[in-house]
This record gives sequence, structure tokens and C-alpha cells, in this order.
Amino acid sequence: MTTPPPPQHVPQHVPSQQAPPQQAPGQQPFPPQAPPQVPGQRQQEWQGQAPAGGSSLPMVRTHLGHALVSEWTKIRTVRSTVWTLALTVLLTVGIGLIFAAALSTDDYVGMPLLAGGFFGLMFGQLCVISLGVLVITSEYGTGMIRTTLTASPRRSRVLVAKALVFFALSFTVTLASTGLTALIHSSMLSDQTVPAYEYDNPDMEGSIENGEIVATTGHWVDATLGASLYVALLGLLALAVGTLLRHSAGAISTMLGVVLVPLIAALFMAGESLRDLRDALIEYSPLNGLASMFRIPMVGEPGSGWTMLGLLAGVTAAATIAALARLTTTDV
Amino acid sequence: MIELSGLTKRYGLKTAVRELTCVIRPGLVTGFLGPNGAGKSTTMRMILGLDRPTAGRALVEGRPYARLIDPLTVVGALLEARSVHPGRTAYHHLLCLAQSNGIPRRRVGEVLDLVGLGAVGTRRPKGFSLGMGQRLGIASALLGDPRILIFDEPVNGLDPEGIHWVRNLIRRLASEGRTVFVSSHLMSEMALTADHLIVIGQGQLLADTSMAGFIEENARSYTRVRSPDREGLLDALTHAGLDAVPSRDPGAEGAWELEGDRTAAVGELAADRRLVLHELGHHRASLEEAFMRLTSQSVEYQAHVGAEEG
Repeated sequence: MTTPPPPQHVPQHVPSQQAPPQQAPGQQPFPPQAPPQVPGQRQQEWQGQAPAGGSSLPMVRTHLGHALVSEWTKIRTVRSTVWTLALTVLLTVGIGLIFAAALSTDDYVGMPLLAGGFFGLMFGQLCVISLGVLVITSEYGTGMIRTTLTASPRRSRVLVAKALVFFALSFTVTLASTGLTALIHSSMLSDQTVPAYEYDNPDMEGSIENGEIVATTGHWVDATLGASLYVALLGLLALAVGTLLRHSAGAISTMLGVVLVPLIAALFMAGESLRDLRDALIEYSPLNGLASMFRIPMVGEPGSGWTMLGLLAGVTAAATIAALARLTTTDV
Repeated sequence: MIELSGLTKRYGLKTAVRELTCVIRPGLVTGFLGPNGAGKSTTMRMILGLDRPTAGRALVEGRPYARLIDPLTVVGALLEARSVHPGRTAYHHLLCLAQSNGIPRRRVGEVLDLVGLGAVGTRRPKGFSLGMGQRLGIASALLGDPRILIFDEPVNGLDPEGIHWVRNLIRRLASEGRTVFVSSHLMSEMALTADHLIVIGQGQLLADTSMAGFIEENARSYTRVRSPDREGLLDALTHAGLDAVPSRDPGAEGAWELEGDRTAAVGELAADRRLVLHELGHHRASLEEAFMRLTSQSVEYQAHVGAEEG
């Protein structure tokens, strides 16, 4: 290096004059309460009190915990969360209740004891999906994402915190809804006598005890814990899709397509040649996975709900990795 | 301190910021000036790690922004427009930011009072005026009591009282020894607040100078005189001990310029020598004109109709 050692911190812009900048003719004066000083002087002052120039707040090494608390505050302080989750409970429990009331006069309803919970949750899950999308796309839509990522430049931490908080919240709310629905169904429908011809029906396997309809521990776990995990995972997938698309309407439409289109497409596949495709579409449609948790699959084994859950978890994990890659590598 | 070295951002074929190198120092208000679309916001977003530079780098306190472990206590930023969720109350907006950086909850109330939003903390920004939105943005910048402040067009949409308040705040923050980096497209605004100026146009550095130096250089006062007998006039002026230089202003070809207001001296001299004058006048370049001249080649969206000065 040939550069001579510069005098310590001489600002290159200091003009030669030592007096305060002359007021240029025609220019307004500087505000009187803050008379301009020679930049060099001010800098020396600053160097003299360098520690005071820093933050008065204690230095904190931020970690995932901070991000989790922050995301929890975010999710609980917007109305869309309250609305979507209230609707989830209302639709799941409400439709479940109507269903149970309508069937309770019949002797035998033709399906496992807790299966009626599916119909309400089928609608309730759409609200969870919407919330999953909105958790991230509302930030892109409003510009909040820039504030968020300025406060937390570790972007993967932000997405992980969002995912954990959203998953925990939507799982808890869905579990409460499905639990309540299952209790309603078991108390209102449990005195059905199953006709003998149903004894060999594979869908009713384990549901019949001494000629009466019952729900085993497995049935209870599937219809509450399993179904709630399934819906919360769908919500997580929605969050990942929202992160990828950065657009509320686009991401919600995409998720509705994922949930509904396979089944609708299959409905119109008449003809023998399309049979295999039709069955595969139905079997692997997200709705069929959820129905399997309630032991009323359209196609496939009644106990296949957990296999479908594993499949959904795999898809969600892949989408989340893609979302992390998109969030951490692109400009906002 | 913010250091930019060779900072470049390209979007496809378009270069938004081109090899920007400069240092923004503590204890000063540094004005970041340029016409709309000059790359000011892009530069600020790169400093904050929101946009990734195509080349070069931006360092805050010697580190890339993304490496800061408690960013809000180091850098506070007021971002363009509103970067808040309109449905979350001002208090909760600031609370979630504070929590993400481990800043104590009491600080939220403090900054709300500081910016004059203490009474509306429980309201949603949806119903805020432009000025209230700017104040909320400034509150979030001040939340961590940071050493560096970055304000993107802070007086946009503010009423005169608000503008006065922001000016004083900015000056006070700098006098406390903080680094203050303020963007604006208004020279007149910068003349009142900035100690140092960084001017860019089409993403390129046009000037990096102290405000005082810029004023000295650009807001000069001069006398312009023109005669059909150009040489004779220069002769007379030189004999009388008046230094004259040819005018470089477009539209003033053949005229001579003298420092300061010398209209009386030149007029008397011309009468003595019986010289015909076609023009004699005292001129003063405003900073706004100086800025426009500096950036005229680089204004991206120029109005072509009626752009000629009357």
C-alpha cells in the first residue's frame, strides 16, 4: 500500500472554511434551534462520546423464541385470524350438530359412529386453508413484509416461526372443534342397532359390538387428533403456497384447486378406460384422505387415513422447503 | 456508519444502481438526493438487506445487514410508503417488532408518545392520515433507539407542522451522534436539514459533498453582461480590474460573467467607454436549479411538453 496513513478520521468532505457555512444569498436559514456546525467538529464530539451514540437498550442476541413471540402477537392481533378460526369452529361443530340432529331419529344411519364429523370439517378446513395463506400473503399485500424482514433479517427464522405458530394455533382450534363434534355424535347416535347384513361391511369393521354401533379408541383418535393434524397440515401447505405465490387470491384459489379439483375431475370421468385414473384421483384427493380419517373413504381402505396423512406431510415438507428457498433468495 | 462499495443492482437489462461507492458518517445528516426513479429506494433496500445487490456490498457498522444479531437496535428505518398491516393497531404493530428483537414492551408506549401517536395507539392504521402513517413509520424506526437511522422520504405527506417536527427530529438525532441517512427528491428540503449531500441520477453517483460546499459552489451570485463588441467589453473590464469569465449557461453565449453583484460598476464603465450593452443583470442560481442542472442528464421520466423554461 502506497497510501500514506491518513490523519485519524478526517472527513473528506470538510470544506476549508472553519466558520459555520455562510448562509447563501436567497437560501432560507437553517432552523434556529439547531445551528449548523462544521461537520468535522460534530464528528469529533461524537467520537468523544461514542458509547452514548449507541442504543440505550440492552443488547439482545435474538433467537427463534423472539420470532415466535412476535409471530404470535401478529397472528392474534388481526381480524382475519379471529374470523377464519371462528368460522372453522362454527362450520365444523354447527354442521356436525345439524347432521347428528337429523340422523338421531333413525335406527341405523349406515356409517361408523363418528363419521358425521367429516361433513362439517370438510367446510371448516377451507377456513384454515385461507388463514394459512393470509398469514404470509397479507404481509406481501400490505408491504408489512419489508418491515418484518428488516426487523428479522434471518428470513428462514421468520418463516419457521410463522409456520410453528400457525400450525399450533390451527391444530388446537381444529382439535377443539372435532373433539366437540365427536362428543356430540357419540352421545346422540350411540344407541343404534346395526342390522346383521352390515356385519361383513369392511367400512364397519370394529364399529360393531354386540350388535350395537360403537367407536373404538382408534376411531376417536382418528376422528379428532388425526383429522386435526390433517387439516393443520393442509393449512401449513397453504402457508407454503402463499409464500411461493405472494398473492392472497392466487394462493387461496390454488389451494381450493388442490383440495377440490381431483374429486370433481374424477366425477366426470365416465367410461371404463378412465377407470384407473379416476380411482387414483379419488383415492389421492385430499378430501378422500380426510374422509378416511372418519372411516368413510370413497376409494381405498378405511384405515388409510394415516397413510394419506404421511403423504400430505411429505408434500407439505417439500413445499415448505421450496418456500424457504424462495423467501431467502429473492428480493422483497 | 454505512459504507457502500461498488453497490450495483440490475433488473434484467435495466441498471437501477450503478457502482455506488460512498460513506455515510455518524453525527451528520446525510441527504440522499435524486429525481424520482434515480435508485434511492433501491439503494436503501439493499442497505437493509431487502434486495440483494447484483455486485458490490453495503455494510452497516462494518457488517452486512443480514448479519446483525439485534438489527433494530443498530438500524432504524422508515420505509417507502406504508409498510404496515392496516388492520393491526399501532400499538400491536410496534409490539410485534419490539418482541422480534427482544426490546422491552415499555419502549412501545415511549415511542408512540415520542411521535405524538400516544392517543391513537389502539387504533388501526387503516384510518390513519398520510401524516399519521409517516409518524408510525418513524416510531418503528426509533423503537430500538438505534445508532443508524434511514429515512426514505420522511416528509412525504406531512403538513407544515409535521415537516417542521421531522426536520428538528432528524437534526437532533444527528446531534446525538447518530448516523442519519435521509432520502428526498426536494433540494429545498435537504438544504434545511442536511450537513452532507449524496446526489444520484439514474443510479450513478453525481455528487458526494458537504452541504456547505455544495452551496458555495452552486448557489453563487454573479453579474452577467453582454455586448455586441465582445472583445472591447472584456478589454474595458480587465482595465478596470474586473475579472470576467465567459458564461457557460446555455442561451447566454457570448456573455461575460463577474462574481457578485457588479451591475453598477459595469454600467458606469460601459457609459464611460460608450460601449453598447445588450444585457446587464445580476443573477443568483438557486440550489434547486443547481440540483436540476446536475441531474438534468439523468432524469428518467422527463416531461417533454412544456419542459422548456419560460
